[in-house]
Amino acid sequence: MKQVKDFILTGNRTLPSGCHLMTFVPADGAKLPAIEPGQFVQVKVDNSPKAFLRRPISVCDVRYETELVLFVKPQGEGTRCLVELPENSVVNIMLPLGRGFSCDECNGHKVLLVGGGVGAAPLVALCKNLAAGGADVTVAIGGRSRRDVAGVDVLYKPYASKVLVATDDGSCGHKGVVTSLPGFDEHYDRIYCCGPTPMMKAVARIARAKDIWCQVSLENHMACGIGACLCCVENTSDRGNVCVCTEGPVFNINRLQSWE
Amino acid sequence: MGINLKVDLGAGLKLDNPVLTASGTFGFGHQYAEFIDLNRLGGFIVKGTTLEPRQGNPAPRLVETPSGMINAVGLQNPGVEDFAKYIYPTLTGFTSKVIVNISGAQVSDYVKVAEILAPLEKVSAIEVNISCPNVKGGGMSFGTSPEMAAEVTAAVRKVWPRHMMVKLTPNVTSVVQIAKAVEAAGADSVSLVNTFLAMVVDVERRKACLSTVTGGLSGPAIRPIAVRMVWQVAQAVKIPVVGLGGIMDASDALQFIMAGATAVQIGTANFIDPAASVKVVDGIEDYCRRHNVADISELRGII
Repeated sequence: MKQVKDFILTGNRTLPSGCHLMTFVPADGAKLPAIEPGQFVQVKVDNSPKAFLRRPISVCDVRYETELVLFVKPQGEGTRCLVELPENSVVNIMLPLGRGFSCDECNGHKVLLVGGGVGAAPLVALCKNLAAGGADVTVAIGGRSRRDVAGVDVLYKPYASKVLVATDDGSCGHKGVVTSLPGFDEHYDRIYCCGPTPMMKAVARIARAKDIWCQVSLENHMACGIGACLCCVENTSDRGNVCVCTEGPVFNINRLQSWE
Repeated sequence: MGINLKVDLGAGLKLDNPVLTASGTFGFGHQYAEFIDLNRLGGFIVKGTTLEPRQGNPAPRLVETPSGMINAVGLQNPGVEDFAKYIYPTLTGFTSKVIVNISGAQVSDYVKVAEILAPLEKVSAIEVNISCPNVKGGGMSFGTSPEMAAEVTAAVRKVWPRHMMVKLTPNVTSVVQIAKAVEAAGADSVSLVNTFLAMVVDVERRKACLSTVTGGLSGPAIRPIAVRMVWQVAQAVKIPVVGLGGIMDASDALQFIMAGATAVQIGTANFIDPAASVKVVDGIEDYCRRHNVADISELRGII
């Protein structure tokens, strides 16, 4: 069941990349509804006339059934206002929205998680679930430089069997784009990916060439988040234009018409 | 003291309260049923429906603006046959009024859609959309000429037996002239305003932000202009006026009512708060209580 409720900001930590790891708890003290990895929330930013619509943000993690963890990159007026909020601020959040990653029947599977920039966020909870389900998880994180990946790889370390890092300038881990990591040559049963669109398209090409099942998480602009405004559509091979907010944001690459 | 919020838009369209939801912002209702009791609304106007299914415009279809947004959805909808077969049966259980917004590229499209909807008795009214800015041919072009607006209205009038609301575009020199034309052609009410034709340029990419370059601006940014247009039209026509344009709360809704609207539609606000429409109903009732207003009609057109 979707909810719209007030949350209290309980933690707001800046990472070297400038992204913020923000934690919220429901103001009414209630437990959070079940949230699947890859689902998102719509956050209302009150302090700016330029941020009229809610901001869709992927859920990074849920802790202790009450703590919502969001990984926020200040890239526009709304997200800038959001990350500047002091602790104990009250923020209205709609959740949980969309369909997350499919992670059932993963026992014994060798899976690869590929994250880039702020796109690494929803993969944390996914990594946790897959590991709990018995999958052998390799995580590949990409960024421009050390700043982008610092403090991100540690989020996966408790759950993943391997965490690989690639940076464009080689300041941390492998030098080059994430898809040039040697780890990509191994066999995987599934690939999950979230990050900038060019990165996701590159990963999708590799998955398609090797005939590996692959899901990606899209970030189309949206207004409502609940399938009413029809602004966030993606063209699918099976059903034409569908709402990313309700059919996605996670899609199997086979459905993405324009990605062929 | 019981407060009477009931309003009568004529031709059998009686609402328990003056609050409707605007077409294109409320899906087919069920998207909002998780958040609100739809029966608490005067009624809801479902997504613009056309004769044939439409995939709408390519992405990007949305750009945010100061206190508003521009959309270029382009009437994506499953078509009237699909509506009648699969969606209508999900709407028959509601006590609030169901209104279907219809659109077309030519007069005969509107007529055929109205004919297919006519036997569906739970559809209490149709809202004839002669004002969509996002469709090439038809749509807004009907709404920008008094003659063409009257032609569509008269043609649909012949086949549609219940209440017919006609939705007007603000993208004209004189909205009053168009309102009078559709009134004379048989409209039971007029709703205004649809979105304002608008555009935003992404200067870094040196491109328009929308795939269609232009789209329709909605939200509080347009509200003062919408209130003015409702005020002008309400004085010029005898049929009821339904006001919309950037209503975010009860106070905004009451502006339209005081300017002459019999009912209002909540649009873009639904995207930010899915319970916005019901909060407007509660807020109007609260206002009446605080100001000793026994009947909402006491406030109508007092400006």
